[in-house]
Amino acid sequence: MGHFSADNRSKAEAIVTCYPRPRSALIPLCHLAQSQDGWLTCEAMEEIAELVGCTPAEVRGTATFYDMLHTEPVGRHVISICTNIACMLAGAYEVLDHAKSALGISVGQTTADGEFTLEEAECLAGCDHAPCVQVNHRFFGPLDTEGLDSLIEDLRSGRLADTVPAHGTLSRVQRKVGLPAAASKLADSQASNSAPGPISGPVPA
Amino acid sequence: MITKAPRIVTSRVDLDDSFTLERYLATGGYEALRKALSMSPADVAAEVNKASLLGRGGAGFPAGRKWSMLRQAPVRYLVVNGDESEPATFKDHMLIERDPHQIIEGTAIAAYATGAVQAFIFCRGEFALGFERLQQACNEAYEHGALGADIFGTGYSLDIVIHPGAGAYICGEETALLESLEGKRGFPRIKPPFFPAAVGLYGEPTVVNNVETVSNLPWIISNGADAFTALGEGSSSGTRLFALSGRVEHPGWFEIEMSKTTFRDLIYDPSLGGGIVGGKQLRAFIPGGVSAPWFGPEQLDLGLNQDAVGKAGSMLGSGSVVVMDSDSCPLRVAWRITQFFHRESCGQCTPCREGSGWIEKIMYRIEQGLGREKDIDLVLDACDNISPGLSWPPKQTTICVLGPSIPSAVVSVAKMFRDEMLVHVKEGGCPFPADSVRHG
Repeated sequence: MGHFSADNRSKAEAIVTCYPRPRSALIPLCHLAQSQDGWLTCEAMEEIAELVGCTPAEVRGTATFYDMLHTEPVGRHVISICTNIACMLAGAYEVLDHAKSALGISVGQTTADGEFTLEEAECLAGCDHAPCVQVNHRFFGPLDTEGLDSLIEDLRSGRLADTVPAHGTLSRVQRKVGLPAAASKLADSQASNSAPGPISGPVPA
Repeated sequence: MITKAPRIVTSRVDLDDSFTLERYLATGGYEALRKALSMSPADVAAEVNKASLLGRGGAGFPAGRKWSMLRQAPVRYLVVNGDESEPATFKDHMLIERDPHQIIEGTAIAAYATGAVQAFIFCRGEFALGFERLQQACNEAYEHGALGADIFGTGYSLDIVIHPGAGAYICGEETALLESLEGKRGFPRIKPPFFPAAVGLYGEPTVVNNVETVSNLPWIISNGADAFTALGEGSSSGTRLFALSGRVEHPGWFEIEMSKTTFRDLIYDPSLGGGIVGGKQLRAFIPGGVSAPWFGPEQLDLGLNQDAVGKAGSMLGSGSVVVMDSDSCPLRVAWRITQFFHRESCGQCTPCREGSGWIEKIMYRIEQGLGREKDIDLVLDACDNISPGLSWPPKQTTICVLGPSIPSAVVSVAKMFRDEMLVHVKEGGCPFPADSVRHG
């Protein structure tokens, strides 16, 4: 019995077929696991290892290198406040300090109700909206302290549920390409060129 | 001087529906790909070479020459670098969200010209909306016949995979990006032998081009290399996206003709940066990302030209310009940059892994007023251990250029603001106001 749901298992298998070598699917599959569970569990890492042909330790060793992959549980909303130079010059540390007191937690902690995790982020490439903030990797800014208060309130009340999916959902758009016919034609044409390129399989929507 | 150059990569981004296939087709989308596919791959590559399209990622290497260095092999790959993470750089982020079809079309043109059998667009993980738009555009391009088997009935086939990053600055370095794309930690590979053009993805020859670089390709193919080189000056041809941030009235991205416009225009012109916040004085600015040595008011009249900025001792790099005003503490900015590098060092090479931590600690204590006068020489000595001689361009003791980029900000502050450093030491605290939010 695997950890991925049946639907996610077939998505995972389709993602693996996108790549010339299965190991390349490791990070996309970690994102898929986070979209299912909100974070990256041991069970998910074991199944990902099996899917891409490496050991669970290699999955963990790779995942822990990357800031977006969480091997411990996080809140439903992960608030990432950028404090890099462009945001710092626009007062980001004031916003970060305000967030700590508004949520009653330090950077890296999660509120007792499991709603919010607070992170200090490196530059998020939103410097034209500094100070900028991401919630579950959706952008907000420029934010002052009052703006942050209303953002937290909107998240708590569910008013932003459409723009901010639960933590872990990277993309709500699935790869639909490599429609069965196109995939087989692509296979033929690449075979005739004797170029061993990858073939995209059909992906369930 | 602000010229009336055409907008090459941002022609449709102001429209609400700029990211849709309908808008893309209504504004000439995918016509360049049709034209490219009617030419030979060698002719497409020759046109791009003639255009002198400098890579827009940071290193500024001519795209056409990069393609020509690709090793002959039956399998070649194209990887488009959309992992934009250089602090204060946000141009690719905008292009990914606002014009994903232009990136797909440019990618297909580059793949055709280089004989790639498969292309990947590596999208920074934090750009969730951008990833969705790229994936949607890729799906639409397939349905339109612009990707997949037998594109537009020409017999040419190409698959593009939109690949997500997961949060690591170092993956913007091309060999680290390839490691990440192979499902591993983003550890840069040593060159030689691992020049991607020779030994790249899965050991096969690979071209890595930046998002803005490939976004220029549809225009170059449609309008010709001569129209492109008519803009700009010398090898800096065409237009370029600059990301302006910090203490300016209008932070934002601006597509500007290369060479003709100066830093003063960019920062002060009402149609661009609009001047310093509150009419204050400019203290310093970073001309091309946090790896670049800083400039002061005396360099404001330099043109936005890769060679000219290089001769003046810095670089245009990633095209991000950060402005500090008379209230900004330059030490605090330099400290925050070293903290960034310390956090983002991959840890493979000792000078970078250990040195970044030491430098960050010393910069922090000087800025906090806890430093000693000899800390200034100490921090420069630590910088010298990462990049001997502290020259520009920097010498390298590490696998990749992250390490030698660390000293730039520190050396700039020590050169330009030594007196301010001493005031921190003597007064036992920072003499500048805290950075605060503009409310309302």
